[in-house]
Amino acid sequence: MHLTIPELEKKAAKIRLRSIEMIETAGGGHIGGSLSAMDIMTALYFRIMKVNPNQPKDPNRDWFILSAGHKAAGFVPVLSERGYFGDELLNTFNKLGSPFGMHPDKNKIVGCEVSTGSLGHGLPMAVGIALSLRMDKLDSTVYCLMGDGENHEGTVWEAAMGAAQHRLGNLVAIIDYNKCSMDGPIDSIVSLEPIVDKWKAFGWHVIRIDGNDMAQVVAAFEQERPAGKPCMIIADTLKGKGVPSIEGDYHWHYGVLNEKQLEQARRELGGKCNG
Amino acid sequence: MAKDGLSMADIEKMSARDAFGEALAKAGETYPNLVLLGADAIGSTRAAAFMKKFPERTFNFGIAEQEMVAAAAGFAIRGKIAVATAYGFLLSLRACEQVRTDVCYQNLNVKLMATHTGLSMSDAGTTHHSTEDVAIMRSFANMTIVAPSDALETVKAVNAVLAYEGPVYLRMGRGSLSAVNTGDYDFIIGKAITLQEGTDLTIIAYGIMVNEALIAAQKLAAEGIKARVVNMHTIKPLDVECVLKAARETGAIVTAEEHTVIGGLGEAVAATTAEYHPVPVIKVGLQDCFSVFGPEDGVRNAMGLNAEHILAAARVALERKHR
Ligand SMILES: Cc1ncc(C[n+]2csc(CCOP(=O)(O)OP(=O)(O)O)c2C)c(N)n1
Repeated sequence: MHLTIPELEKKAAKIRLRSIEMIETAGGGHIGGSLSAMDIMTALYFRIMKVNPNQPKDPNRDWFILSAGHKAAGFVPVLSERGYFGDELLNTFNKLGSPFGMHPDKNKIVGCEVSTGSLGHGLPMAVGIALSLRMDKLDSTVYCLMGDGENHEGTVWEAAMGAAQHRLGNLVAIIDYNKCSMDGPIDSIVSLEPIVDKWKAFGWHVIRIDGNDMAQVVAAFEQERPAGKPCMIIADTLKGKGVPSIEGDYHWHYGVLNEKQLEQARRELGGKCNG
Repeated sequence: MAKDGLSMADIEKMSARDAFGEALAKAGETYPNLVLLGADAIGSTRAAAFMKKFPERTFNFGIAEQEMVAAAAGFAIRGKIAVATAYGFLLSLRACEQVRTDVCYQNLNVKLMATHTGLSMSDAGTTHHSTEDVAIMRSFANMTIVAPSDALETVKAVNAVLAYEGPVYLRMGRGSLSAVNTGDYDFIIGKAITLQEGTDLTIIAYGIMVNEALIAAQKLAAEGIKARVVNMHTIKPLDVECVLKAARETGAIVTAEEHTVIGGLGEAVAATTAEYHPVPVIKVGLQDCFSVFGPEDGVRNAMGLNAEHILAAARVALERKHR
């Protein structure tokens, strides 16, 4: 699938709205971080990645690892929109017996490669997957989406060193840099700055973009990468992107919109889907 | 030639640790999808034999055990048999969450091959002793725990563990220098081996404590007490049938393990008998205390882990049985 930038923008708006409504039905969800990362996930699934929902285990596929597992409320609607399963299944989100809840389970969700939820696990698992792909001489890329707060975890930096040491040119990590974690603005808790210098110093090829600007997101993924180096895309984003009244507000890490906000979201995003 | 790929004569000359290295290297031929992951201890874990033969299938993560175990999960997701090696305390304590969540929850074919477990790094002290690993691993769903007792059994266990599909913790210590298992025999995960028949009580042990159990049984025999000795090489899933048979036929049990008595084999046996056929179960192991350091024999003795302690426990078990 290879959508144009305007098509991707519409798609992202549509999935944002679906995610919000799914969270509404479920009675809660990690709304802020799901919305901030939506442009990245949409670009990956509708343009960048070699994937086939009819053959989810195609050995030649690219791999997506949602290291920040709490963004499942954004990720699961992306999978359904891409055709891995029917949209109606989203109404079961977080219900007893549903294949999906707050954090994704690879053994229950078609198209989900890795079970996550505890932060700091995805990147080291991605290292193992990337190493094994290279060992099997497969020309696939592993994409790993992390939260910014997740970078507080030591295992992220173990994997940062490991990926550079093993020259994993088939690994692309993205930080959804929405400047917030759960308790507040990240700089008021433990700052990641200077984040670009840090990842560079760890031996990564680093690109910094506006992660809510679809043209920049696509360009970051499509530009040529230096061989033998893992790539880190630092994506500046807004937590809660798409719903103006919650954008940039860390209080919206988890929640459910009220009637008025929901109306606003439907107007804003609905307009973008159709516009 | 034993059917495990190495000759019996060769195995007899090896320490358990070397036997592990050789068995793994040999298995590399059988399993082209076997990969070895290490954390800057590939040499001391003796996995180096594999690395020498298959450098392209060996990955050293440096002193980053959490990354190594998570990466092993990544390899296994792609269909590899991922063998992650490290000292037991690092796999069970440092990488605990990765084992539980990345390996067991995802139910992946990762083999945690732990070396230097128990008190075998005696002089390195408590920081390096693995005396809670069985308790930790036992509590994880999908996990299997295997602990061989000598060089021959180590070879057999490595092969059985690789042939089995799913998460396994293979617990290897220094291993008994004396062979406790003789001749060629079938090693089946989950099926205990009765090394010696007896009717008065049963001593159930694993790892290095199997040899101590045999010595204790000999001393008991001199007093006319017939002790059954069971090598419980698989701690999970426990051979419940064997345990209940021991309870029914001998009426008293002593367990012996180089591990804390909390959450180990002793509690597994006691829980099983309590549910189906209560008998006295006396647990030899670390009695809820941290270990001391020093030479191996001295440390084991100080921690209550030799034949004498099993003998004392046997007397208590017999007394309670007849009460
Ligand atoms: C290891 C771990 N610690 C704590 C949590 C609880 N938790 C869930 S989300 C979150 C904040 C994550 O912040 P960030 O990575 O910045 O994600 P985003 O802001 O994009 O949602 C926390 C602390 C967790 N899931 N895993």
